[in-house]
Amino acid sequence: MKSNQPKGNGAGAAVVPSVNSIGKLATGIPGLDLITEGGLPQQRTTLVTGSAGSAKTVFAVQFLAEGIKEGERGVFVTFEESPKDIRANMKGLGWDIEAWEAEKKWAFVDASPQPEEVVVAGSYDLGALLARIENAVNKVKAQRVAVDSLGAIFTQFSEPAVVRRELFRIATALKGMNVTSVMTAERNEEYGEISRYGVEEFVADNVIILRNILEDEKRRRTIETLKFRGTHHQKGEYPFTVIPGEGIIVIPLSAIELKQKSSDVRISSGNVELDKMCGGGFFRDSIILVTGATGCGKTLMTTEFIAGGLAEGERSLLLAFEESRDQLFRNATGWGVDFDDLEKKGKLKVISVYPESAGLEDHLVRIKKLVEEFKPHRLAVDSLSALERVASLKGYREFVIGLTSFIKHHEIGGLFTATTPTLMGGSSVTEAHISTITDSIILLRYVEMLGEMRRGITVLKMRGSMHDKEIREFTIDQKGMHIGKAFRNVTGILSGFPQQVQVEELARVSGMFEAR
Amino acid sequence: MNKFTLKLYITGNTPRAERAIANLRRICEVELGGQYEMLVIDVLERPQLAEDEKILATPTLIKHLPPPLRRIIGDLSDTDKVLIGLELLDTNKKLDH
Repeated sequence: MKSNQPKGNGAGAAVVPSVNSIGKLATGIPGLDLITEGGLPQQRTTLVTGSAGSAKTVFAVQFLAEGIKEGERGVFVTFEESPKDIRANMKGLGWDIEAWEAEKKWAFVDASPQPEEVVVAGSYDLGALLARIENAVNKVKAQRVAVDSLGAIFTQFSEPAVVRRELFRIATALKGMNVTSVMTAERNEEYGEISRYGVEEFVADNVIILRNILEDEKRRRTIETLKFRGTHHQKGEYPFTVIPGEGIIVIPLSAIELKQKSSDVRISSGNVELDKMCGGGFFRDSIILVTGATGCGKTLMTTEFIAGGLAEGERSLLLAFEESRDQLFRNATGWGVDFDDLEKKGKLKVISVYPESAGLEDHLVRIKKLVEEFKPHRLAVDSLSALERVASLKGYREFVIGLTSFIKHHEIGGLFTATTPTLMGGSSVTEAHISTITDSIILLRYVEMLGEMRRGITVLKMRGSMHDKEIREFTIDQKGMHIGKAFRNVTGILSGFPQQVQVEELARVSGMFEAR
Repeated sequence: MNKFTLKLYITGNTPRAERAIANLRRICEVELGGQYEMLVIDVLERPQLAEDEKILATPTLIKHLPPPLRRIIGDLSDTDKVLIGLELLDTNKKLDH
């Protein structure tokens, strides 16, 4: 394993397979080495195919850039964009190619189309190109080579058969140069032929596909290892994102091993009565989902959770996707918690973001970075369900899995809220699709009784602990939440149709069972 | 007639390279009456020259003078194409064949 693990990928960093990844070169592209089980096949060529705008060139450049960070030099063969354009375009991603060229860590082989007209007068080969690649590899003593992109060379020459033969020759020669290489190629459809011109058949034993899919009107990038001849890799598509200043970040999700330690330590929810209902508090590294209709006390629970952490000397990070900082601070003050003071003391960080400001993958990467910088003991997300609307269901699920596994890995207690779409009863997409991922679920519900709206709370699930099964009434005042007695004479609260039950009737029914 | 400056890039002593050299000599003697300078560059020995000129295919013939700069690729066995490339033959004439 490389000592220098990629940053911004905490969940993945610790579980990269180490010793048995014989014959793989750790690329250093965050997350990629995890889904490829160690990196790209060493001293071989990997074909990276993708449609227009699928970040092929970024991948090719980053493959070299990450190598340079590790002390491995690279050669970039460009068939499409001029070196000048590439230098300029990649600056925004934080890569100063010009500086690397000056340090002899990076060399271009410029095979981009030239303006002069070319006349073909007889048979030819691409021997000069091969000689130039060899020359460049020797010149900088390169360990990595990137070729971008193969489709463009086909448009420069009118005989595809010749180009095919020559590319095969170059791929073979690369093997002999002891370099690990990637070649990019275009594809026409996201789910169709592997590449245009069928280059995969003669160029590479290894194929990675980059996709840029339109799903429910939202763009979603994924990466898939299609084949690695003679070595293992994770199957299926994994989301990735391209972040300014960092480049491609693969989100490995299911490749993350479920090897978080399970903690027996209890932490306070910030509410004594709720701690009692949960059998003594939440578990240190558990994920708690609080669901309820609008205005029924979710933000208050979030605030109490943060205040509860403070009492134990812990730091909290609050990610708000529904309310502004000002609103949150005002609310908290109303319940006797001074967020302003907590932030000044470094015990709290409140980040208020508009869900639409970025894709979910970007949100996830940002959250990870925040967590790694601030190192909170507790993370509150209010509300998680606000993010439902910026992604497809699949993307949303992946986001939640990615987030929960990440914070569990860091042994952070997480409290997420979800808003139910209906006032009474009902369940949200969040509840339906992520409830299995969470450790505890707390329901907050309105209960209509005798023309009055009252509030009920119940602990629906608490993994690994006994908990109160009753639906209790709670009230909210300027000191916060007060949990009282159970609704003894009401049924149908969770279904959204509360009904009064006569006390005598209740006693009679209970008696029936006791009689047996 | 202006003097021609021609550079021929080849990759090693392959039959194709030798054909290109022979073809070029013949065409130059016949068509240019010796009014030419010809330089043969083996890119295996001088890869940096190929890099500077951004040569991909071999053989490549570059006509540096008289301007404009022109590139002809192949073993130069197609004489008409070579003449078009050197601008010694009108493109239209070629179509009459």
